[in-house]
This record gives sequence, structure tokens and C-alpha cells, in this order.
Amino acid sequence: MSIDAATVKRVAKLARIAVPEDRLQPLAQELSGIMAWIEQLNEVDTDGVAPMTACVTCKLPLREDVVTDGHKRDAVLSNAPKAIGGFFVVPKVVE
Amino acid sequence: MSASDLTGLTLKGALDALAGKRVSAVELAQAHIDAIAAANPHLNAYVLETPDKALEMARASDERRARGEAGPLDGASLGIKDLFATKGVRSTAGSKIIGEFIPPYESTVTANLWRDGAVMLGKLNMDEFAMGSSNETSAFGPVVNPWKTRGSNQPLTPGGSSGGSAAAVAADLCLGATASDTGGSIRQPAAFTGTVGIKPTYGRCSRYGIVAFASSLDQAGPIAKTVEDAAILLRSMAGHDAKDSTSLDVETPDFTSFLGKSPKGLRIGVPKEYRIDGMPEEVAKLWDQGVEWLKAAGCEIKTVSLPHTKYALPAYYIIAPAEASSNLARYDGMRFGLRELGNGTLTDVYEQSRAKGFGEEVKRRILIGTYVLSAGYYDAYYLKAQKVRQRIADDFDAVFQEVDALLTPTAPSAAFALGDRVSDPVAMYLNDVFTVTVNLAGLPGISIPAGVDAGGLPLGLQLIGRALDEGTLFTLGGVVEQAAAFRAKPERWW
Repeated sequence: MSIDAATVKRVAKLARIAVPEDRLQPLAQELSGIMAWIEQLNEVDTDGVAPMTACVTCKLPLREDVVTDGHKRDAVLSNAPKAIGGFFVVPKVVE
Repeated sequence: MSASDLTGLTLKGALDALAGKRVSAVELAQAHIDAIAAANPHLNAYVLETPDKALEMARASDERRARGEAGPLDGASLGIKDLFATKGVRSTAGSKIIGEFIPPYESTVTANLWRDGAVMLGKLNMDEFAMGSSNETSAFGPVVNPWKTRGSNQPLTPGGSSGGSAAAVAADLCLGATASDTGGSIRQPAAFTGTVGIKPTYGRCSRYGIVAFASSLDQAGPIAKTVEDAAILLRSMAGHDAKDSTSLDVETPDFTSFLGKSPKGLRIGVPKEYRIDGMPEEVAKLWDQGVEWLKAAGCEIKTVSLPHTKYALPAYYIIAPAEASSNLARYDGMRFGLRELGNGTLTDVYEQSRAKGFGEEVKRRILIGTYVLSAGYYDAYYLKAQKVRQRIADDFDAVFQEVDALLTPTAPSAAFALGDRVSDPVAMYLNDVFTVTVNLAGLPGISIPAGVDAGGLPLGLQLIGRALDEGTLFTLGGVVEQAAAFRAKPERWW
């Protein structure tokens, strides 16, 4: 399936990556090339095959529902681009 | 011992010298620190050197040994791929978006190494978020392979994504290194640098604290100078960890105990689909040679069929980008990493931070992943790929009824020139044609240096085993290593 510039723009929006207008067309071409190569998967008969979700079958582990960690506010904030008074500071969301 | 004698030791040799008090951990660390300082401006293998930390850890190791409390890796100077979070030491995953991230916690794999006494020399260069096969997507610039084609001065790729790990081991800038493998990122660089690399069974090593790329495929493993060194390192790295729910609750065997075991009677499969069009003569010849070595050691050789092999790479290039697009959604400029303000609105901060922070290949993969997961395409692409993945795993299940391991080349070529394939993504992806099947099926695979091409560059052979049967790979890997008697080292030009 061929991907056009409008599709790249839509997907880039979904992925929250700014793509300059003059990059849309070249990216559309690159991605179309990759997707065309991927199309060969349609040759494989997968009727009745369940999608694979785990490599080595094992039971999902359960643990006691107890607190095992915490009280690490400063560690959590230590890499924040901006933090004040024990809080992350983020751009204004609501005007 | 002189400094180059020390860095020239294998891990096993160094551990023996430490145990015999012929060398101290501090001397060993210092020799490596000096070697790195001299080589790194040329090779770019380390993105962060931590000499002070190395010496501090080495001193503590010498004290433990003096008290008779030395662990299995005590005093061993190692390099750590920059994908592993190391507490208090910058960890970047080769990306600008987390370029100054200082983890407040330690990855389980590295914690296991420190528990056993190892010493950290620094953090190793890699493709950004482990996405690449040539180390050229790193935000810190490519690693240069210590190997050069005979008579040529052209800089070559060490492979990727664990290019820094492989180059550092090949150039004696550490005794061994951690690495990770999502589609071939341990085994292909090992093959390109004449080193040994093993990707264990999915779940052997905890993924806790390893920056996530494609969670159902990512697995840690060592790159080392010998098969024995790889066995020693993997034993320390592996083990169940409650912090990773996909970590397998199984016993970690002493992998070195499988070395030197008789391979007599083991059945080796040679998958006919791996004899691809355009395979270089030298790669095909080495593969045949590998078959002969195993036959001479008493193995039974069978031609087998893995009919869905050719669909592994296209399936991978849906599954891995899909998982990556989801994993990398966390880099949004809010809680850590790069924040670009743009026009100040929330959406623009997201979009500009991610546009500036991610490199071209990472963006390409996020876009593919977002596309194949987007409304209307999920069934056609992602679900289809997961079904094909099951077919590939079933192929392996079927052949492992008849054979105990598979022998293949590791990569379709020797190391190529930096810059050669950057403009053609699909040509770059084809590097992983022999390795990626193993990730999709969750199986263990090891690459052993087995010969050189006409230009004197190393070539690797890959052994693939049943899930959790790394032991057989170490037995057979030892046989190939011994038969190949690969002793070549890169000529020192740095």
C-alpha cells in the first residue's frame, strides 16, 4: 500500500512528532518503500493461526498486593526538565 | 605484567590472575582506563568513561578479595552498553532525547554484575534506542570498527546496535561487555568484530532498567572474547527478577560446565532457506566448513527446512516498530529528557521535543509503528505479523523434533564501510536476515568468530538452540571455536 503525504501528516500528528512540510513527501516515499516490502506477508497462509503473544509459555506471575517501594519523590523528580516544590512543572494546558 | 598484557587477557585469564594475586583489580582497571583514553578518540566506542568509579570499584574489589570474599567476577573490568540504566551515571540509549538522563536506579542485569564483583569502565556507544545495524544512528556519532580491510584505510562499521560493546571487546578496551539484542544487535556486531556474542532465551535476563525498544523481542546478553568468557558473564547477568514479569523463574545453570562436553551424537540442522541468493562465496564456504568441523567432532548433520524464514524480517518490521512506537511514547518532554517549548502549547511541546530529540531512523520507525497500529490497519498489519510470527516459531518447534541445534552464518557479509547503506533502510534491515528469526521465536543464538574474508575481516557462524538450552550452544560453540582456532586480532592503528 502506498503512503501519501497526507497520511504521513496524519500519522505524524498521532505520533506527536513535528514534521516540516518539505519532509512529508520524501518520508511518504521512504515509508511506502518499506511498506511495499512488508506486503509480502500477505503470501503467508495464516488461517486458523492464533497471533503469537509470548515466546516461552509461562504463567503470568502474581504477587501480594502490598506496597513494595515508595517515598522517592526527589529521585522521581531528579531528571525533570522543570520542577518546583516537589511537583513537575509542565506547560499550561487549560487557558 | 605490562599494561597491554593485562588488557590482552581474556576474562577467564584475568580472573585467574586476580585469584592467583598476580594482578590487582586496580592495576587491571588502570590498564583499561589508559587503553580507553588512547583509543576512544579514534574508535568512539565509549560515550562516557568512568575512570574514577572504576578505580573506586576496583579498590573495593581488592579489599573484598583480601578478606576472602571475592565473587565470581570480582575485579573484572567491564563495559556497559548505554541502554542499561546505571545509578548515578548518565544513561542515554544513544539518544539526544534522554541525553542527560541520570538514572536514580540500577538495571537488574548490571546490579547482578556488581553483586558478583565486576568493575564498570564506562558506558558504550550504540545505535539510538538500539535501532540500527551499523551504529550510525547514535546521537554520539558512529563507532569505528577496530578492524580494517587489508591494505585499506576506510573506516568500517562495527555493526549494531551493540557496536560500542563489540568494538571495545575487540580492541581490548574491556574484558567483556553487556549488550542487547532485539533483531541481531548482539550477534551481528560480534560477527563483524571477531568476538563472541550470545542472545539468550527470551526471559533469561531481566529487562528491568534496560531502555525498552520492542519489549517482546528485547533480550540482554554478553559480548566477550571467548565462548568461555561469554558463559561466565551470562551466568552472572541471568536470573529471575520479580521486577520483570516476563523474566523466567528457572534456575541459571553454570554455563561453563557445558564447555568441553562431548558433542558426539548431537544432531545439527542446516536450514536450507538460509542459503539466500547473493550470499557471498566466502560466507557460504565458511558455513560449509562449520558443518565439516561439527561432523568431525562426531555430530550428525541434517538438512532441515524453516519454510517461513523469508517472512521473518517483514514481520519484524511491523512488530518491532509497533512496540517501539508505544514504548517511546513516554518521551514527551514532561518528566525527564529534552523539552522544546515551541509555541508554548502542550501539543507543540510534545511535537517539537520529539522532533528535535529523536533521530531520523527512530522517527521513521515510530511512524511505521503508529501507522500499522492506527485505526483500520491493526488487523491487516499487526495481527497478521503476530500470526506469521507464530508460523516462524512453529517452524523451529518442528525442526527441534529432529535436531538439537542449527548452524547458520551470523550475517550475510563482513563489516561494510561506514556510510555505505545509510540511504537505503531496507538494505540496512537485511543485515539481520539470519538473526531476526531467533528473536521472533524467543530462542537462544550465539555467534562465534570462525574465519576471515579475503580482506582479512572476521566472519561469524551462528548456532541456534531450543528455548533454555544455552548449554548445548556453549558445548557446540566451544567446538567451533576450537576448530576455527580464530586468533586474529585487529592490527592496532589507533
